[in-house]
Amino acid sequence: MSQAAAVAHGHEHHEELGFVRTYLFSTDHKMIGRQFLFMGLSFLLIGGGLALMVRYHLAWPDDPIPMTSWIPGSQEGYMGPEFYNASFTMHATIMIFFVVMPILVGGFGNFLIPLMIGTRDMAFPLLNMLSFWVAAVAGVLMVSGFFVEGGHAAAGWTSYAPLSSVPEYTGVYLGQDLWCISILVLGISSLMGSINYITTIINMRAPGMTLFRMPLTIWALFVVAILLLLALPVLTAALGLLLFDRMAGTTFFNPAGGGEPLLWQHLFWFFGHPEVYILILPAMGIASDVLSVFARKPVFGYRAMAYSMISIAGLSWIVWGHHMFQSGMNPALGTSFMISTMVIAVPSAIKTFNWLGTLWGGNIRFTVPMLNALAFVSMFVIGGLSGIYMAATPVDIFIHDTYFIVAHIHYVVFGGSMFGIFAAIVFWFPKMFGRMMNETIGKIHFWITFAAFNVTFFPMHILGIGGHMRRIENPNVYPFLEPLHHWNVLITFGALVLGFAQLLFLANFVYSLFAGPKAAQNPWEANTLEWSAPTPPPHGNFPVQPTVYRGPYEYSSPEVKEDFLPQDRKLGPGLAAAH
Amino acid sequence: MHRWLPENVSTFGSKVDEIFYLIYYITGITFVGVMVALIAFLVLYRHQEGRRATYTHGNTTLEIAWTIAPAVILVLLGFISKARWDEIKGTPPPADVNVRVTAMQFNWEVLYPGPDNQFDTPDDYQVLNDLHVPENKVVHIHLRAKDVIHSFFLPNLRLKQDALPGKEIIVWFQATKAGEYPIPCAELCGFGHSGMQGRLFVDDPTAYDQWKKEKWPQA
Repeated sequence: MSQAAAVAHGHEHHEELGFVRTYLFSTDHKMIGRQFLFMGLSFLLIGGGLALMVRYHLAWPDDPIPMTSWIPGSQEGYMGPEFYNASFTMHATIMIFFVVMPILVGGFGNFLIPLMIGTRDMAFPLLNMLSFWVAAVAGVLMVSGFFVEGGHAAAGWTSYAPLSSVPEYTGVYLGQDLWCISILVLGISSLMGSINYITTIINMRAPGMTLFRMPLTIWALFVVAILLLLALPVLTAALGLLLFDRMAGTTFFNPAGGGEPLLWQHLFWFFGHPEVYILILPAMGIASDVLSVFARKPVFGYRAMAYSMISIAGLSWIVWGHHMFQSGMNPALGTSFMISTMVIAVPSAIKTFNWLGTLWGGNIRFTVPMLNALAFVSMFVIGGLSGIYMAATPVDIFIHDTYFIVAHIHYVVFGGSMFGIFAAIVFWFPKMFGRMMNETIGKIHFWITFAAFNVTFFPMHILGIGGHMRRIENPNVYPFLEPLHHWNVLITFGALVLGFAQLLFLANFVYSLFAGPKAAQNPWEANTLEWSAPTPPPHGNFPVQPTVYRGPYEYSSPEVKEDFLPQDRKLGPGLAAAH
Repeated sequence: MHRWLPENVSTFGSKVDEIFYLIYYITGITFVGVMVALIAFLVLYRHQEGRRATYTHGNTTLEIAWTIAPAVILVLLGFISKARWDEIKGTPPPADVNVRVTAMQFNWEVLYPGPDNQFDTPDDYQVLNDLHVPENKVVHIHLRAKDVIHSFFLPNLRLKQDALPGKEIIVWFQATKAGEYPIPCAELCGFGHSGMQGRLFVDDPTAYDQWKKEKWPQA
């Protein structure tokens, strides 16, 4: 029980820390979590802005984009192919590496893990602080790429060699180098974070918190940390080789010097597919928790939920070739990767059915986090089902590299991860900042976002089925795409509404931060340990080391009169209320 | 739905489309089923004062059922796909016509072997972006790339294959209907990627003979 003693001492010291140690170089996991959250939200503005410019250009390729002439790379508001390619490359890069990962893994991972497993902080607080500041350096490097000569990286977020490895093919020099270095640095940050998460979850759980009493959010983050630990070094190695090719004259990926372009794709997707699950698994965990809280029901098939996440993680290592069916890889390998890809769809199906089972027989409260979690479930169903088209190798021949893929990834990463992020922010805002977010604005934001999201991304399936390639700057130069042009215009209108609706969320976030009503300790009447800590939790989190007596989802239990039963509430023989 | 896919003019294209529609119906039914259940649950089990949610942690039989059902469907889909994939991308049937297509920033360089059917001989004919092939014949495309990766995409023939620098990949097709069809590049290949497109001319026998006569008058 040395840990409990440490907790008792730890929380008394926080008053002494000055501004710098409290807000900048903090070793408190909660502050680091908030820092990651703010970093991700700031980058969301850049990534979203880039998406809107790309969409505007696709609908009206010959017109200047309003209010953008000040942006480096823009020619008086007109978007040439150089600027266009850099924009979609950086949109994806920023959204994946600097928005979804920092918010879900960096932000909520840091904030929630110690609180939800009932401990005072991460296992290595200093390493944790370093992890944020290294990520911040990566962010600065990435943004600086916009201001260098030749423009930012423009070879797609996948950076296929030799387009990315031989500067002469694009004319992009420093931009692509900075892109590589930034992600290399970010990889170091992720490694530090993941080691910390794994150690903390294995070693520092509160007494009674067995692995199968952990909330599914923690299970998801645990699995994600393991994926990060094993996947990131592969990307780091690949980026190292790419940098050597660009700067030191090697030819790892350039056949002109005996290299192999497919090597890049194998390395990249060996990282890249687990990466997709790194983006979606935390949202799956969060949605499971939120659904259970607001359906006032235990998660249906808790163990199956945990095991399905573990099997997704395991299988994610043997499916990377499905990104490469048409790449020139041996077609026989294509078949093996197709079968493994079909198999990995099964755990996702299990999760979907279990979410439905959780809602069945519930007493459902339609709060803002619940609405966003429900959107997550329904949009993830579309994103998951559309994946089957690509998994089937013959169909993939046609839809590979079309807008069908763009639709699929956005249904998973926006429809899935982003709605998960909205749910998580509104749900844990009271614990993070001690105030409630405005519910009316939250609901307006949700409905506009949900509608505009579908207007934006659903028609992309239709474009893809029509043969519309992705990553083309001007669809109007292709006569066979002309009949599809009106979809591009509709999508752009949807995207503009979707983009500007996020300002509502931002306004709600900032307003509530300073003027929202003060939050109770457990405003949602939830069971997990973070709600047993004071609001907002002090340095050291728990005044008294909590002890865990049961699983995280004992809602509407017959043992008590209320419809929730916190994990750390001790029920004596006489305490259980008659029911 | 049927009008969204471009017209198919290859022998194997309809087999691709069949799987597409099979998946369309499977996923469509699944989607509608899940959504109906979801919305029904949201209405039936909406919050009511004084009511208590059903206290249950799951149902093993149900969970086993909904694990096995998708697994069986998906693996079956895999085996149906395998046969057709092998037909399209596996060992091609013997060629009637050979053409070499070399992708480069930002054109398709088309090389016809001429009457001797040998590449790199004096009777070769090279042209940018115009690919002439006869109707109802097996065509082998010897696909190469000069600089970066490109992707040879024939939407109407349901064929796509990346062209890799340093490697020759042979893909085949048999076009069933005369006409002109687009050959866009489907893999980001640089700043001229958008607009990189050629034309596929599927010629009926007389038109093809006439085109050959024009190019090789003495043959």
